[in-house]
Amino acid sequence: MAIKISAKNLNFYYGSNQALFDNSLDIEERRITAVIGPSGCGKSTHLRVYNRIFELYRDQRVTGELIIDGVNVLDPQVDVLELRRKVGMIFQKPTPFPMSVFENIAYPIKLHFKLSSKELKQRVEQALRAASLWDEVKDKLKNSGLALSGGQQQRLCIARAIAIEPEILLMDEPTSAIDPVATLKIEELMLSLKEKYTIVVVTHNMQQAARISDNTAFFFKGHIIEYGPTARIFTNPKEKKTEEYITGRFG
Amino acid sequence: MFALRTDRIFQWLCLISAMIAGLLMLGFFVQLSLSSVSTWRQFGLGFLVSNDWDPVANRFGALPSIVGTLCTTVIALLLAIPLAFAAALYLVDAPPLLSNILSHAIDLLAAIPSVIYGMWGLFVMVPIMQKHVQPFMVDVLRLHRLPVIGRYIGEYYNGFGIFTAGIILAIMVLPYIYAILRDVIKMTPPVLREAAYGVGCTRWETAKDIVLRYGIRGVLGGIFIGLGRALGETMAVLFVIGNLMDMPEDIFSGATTIAATLANNFAEADCLQRSALFALGLVLLLMSFSIQVAAQYYLHATSARRGESRS
Ligand SMILES: Nc1ncnc2c1ncn2[C@@H]1O[C@H](COP(=O)(O)OP(=O)(O)OP(=O)(O)O)[C@@H](O)[C@H]1O
Ligand SMILES: [Mg+2]
Repeated sequence: MAIKISAKNLNFYYGSNQALFDNSLDIEERRITAVIGPSGCGKSTHLRVYNRIFELYRDQRVTGELIIDGVNVLDPQVDVLELRRKVGMIFQKPTPFPMSVFENIAYPIKLHFKLSSKELKQRVEQALRAASLWDEVKDKLKNSGLALSGGQQQRLCIARAIAIEPEILLMDEPTSAIDPVATLKIEELMLSLKEKYTIVVVTHNMQQAARISDNTAFFFKGHIIEYGPTARIFTNPKEKKTEEYITGRFG
Repeated sequence: MFALRTDRIFQWLCLISAMIAGLLMLGFFVQLSLSSVSTWRQFGLGFLVSNDWDPVANRFGALPSIVGTLCTTVIALLLAIPLAFAAALYLVDAPPLLSNILSHAIDLLAAIPSVIYGMWGLFVMVPIMQKHVQPFMVDVLRLHRLPVIGRYIGEYYNGFGIFTAGIILAIMVLPYIYAILRDVIKMTPPVLREAAYGVGCTRWETAKDIVLRYGIRGVLGGIFIGLGRALGETMAVLFVIGNLMDMPEDIFSGATTIAATLANNFAEADCLQRSALFALGLVLLLMSFSIQVAAQYYLHATSARRGESRS
């Protein structure tokens, strides 16, 4: 199996507080990798290295290497805007932009591609279809993205992320703020998206991790305790901590 | 029981204050209207579009004052808004110490009495404008040769006039607009900004397309506060605008504003001129009032269109 992302000895610091310790992780291409672990163990922090979003904050820094397609993207020479096109991020709370449904998708496309307005419309429709949202919003493309339901907003954000042809999708608890039916829709969506994209998803929901992921990484206090095929991690964990966590004995 | 009673009292207090505010507003309108009756009778609405101000012949027209007011205000906002936006944007992300110091410095601009601005304008700004800025604009940049707008920039200057007044006003309204923009930027949820950066926006794109749109109500609110202040500002303008009752030819022309005209002329005004000054006051009040109403209406309409419930 091809490795898409390879994290090597990532150490992450919030000011003088170290949040990640020697994280090394190989993420397979076109698979769903679940990241699990108790609250505060560094799951979000780990993900936020992948698109270098942490760099927005003055006091956060990382050491180590992050190899995507053979290139260490933590190298300051790497074009961070292009990196972020390639690595999309979906947050726990839906984050529609304050603009219309159509513009929400069209806006990031226009940042990266020069398209005629006809091509743009096609691209927007394509992305909304891929996020299984088209049928629900095709009559309200001009309405504000903020006026959709929570689940729809989250799929809008997924559509927005895939509209700019990324290769990797990072999802930080994408379903924890929405209801079970909408959650199922997003899970189905993720399964269909993995045909084309490499997906890394943080989740607190063990069933969800078991249902949709191929590999699972268990984080604890900033360390990666165990990593392997989801089926094995859930049926036959090697580490005691992992077992305790997935059987709900702590966390 | 006690809580209930304080609640009642509070309700009454609110009601009374609201009524006093409403009555005051009404009172201003009534008083200004009554005092300006003879002007309206004599000139009708022609008063608004006449540029003839001749106390000796007893002919009065409001147009020069209105145009002066609008021009200085527009120049002030054109200068202050981008400056305030750039400052707010930069300072929000700057190192805390620098950001605090500069931020407070800008806030303090609001504490300077306007007569000080006027004096500073007269003794510092006007000479600088005359010796450096205006020669640069005319002789080096040759702005007056630009097509269309060149005609309004002007070739002859003496330091006084609409442009200088606009600059002073810009400095005066800057802290108000800045303070509100800063709050708008700070109030944008960090995750929304991260989402914008996450799809590959630059800082500038995030600011203008996401942050500004997200806080558009606050931004407009800030601009309208600035607008209100610039419209009615008297003292600072009085010192530098040149106080000519003629129609301005261009932005270097000496001119007047409604507020400046009122302050300059009331002392020696009698009968019809007095009434004309009251009429000008009424025009100014109507201008500020209708701008505020339009602003409220616009904000209301946009928030309905955006499907938001926050009011
Ligand atoms: N902005 C920050 N400044 C300082 N410390 C932080 C910051 N964000 C997170 N931390 C710390 O870093 C550690 C890891 O946090 P992180 O958000 O990555 O955890 P998480 O696994 O995503 O938790 P959760 O499941 O609750 O989302 C925590 O100890 C947290 O206190
Ligand atoms: Mg988290």
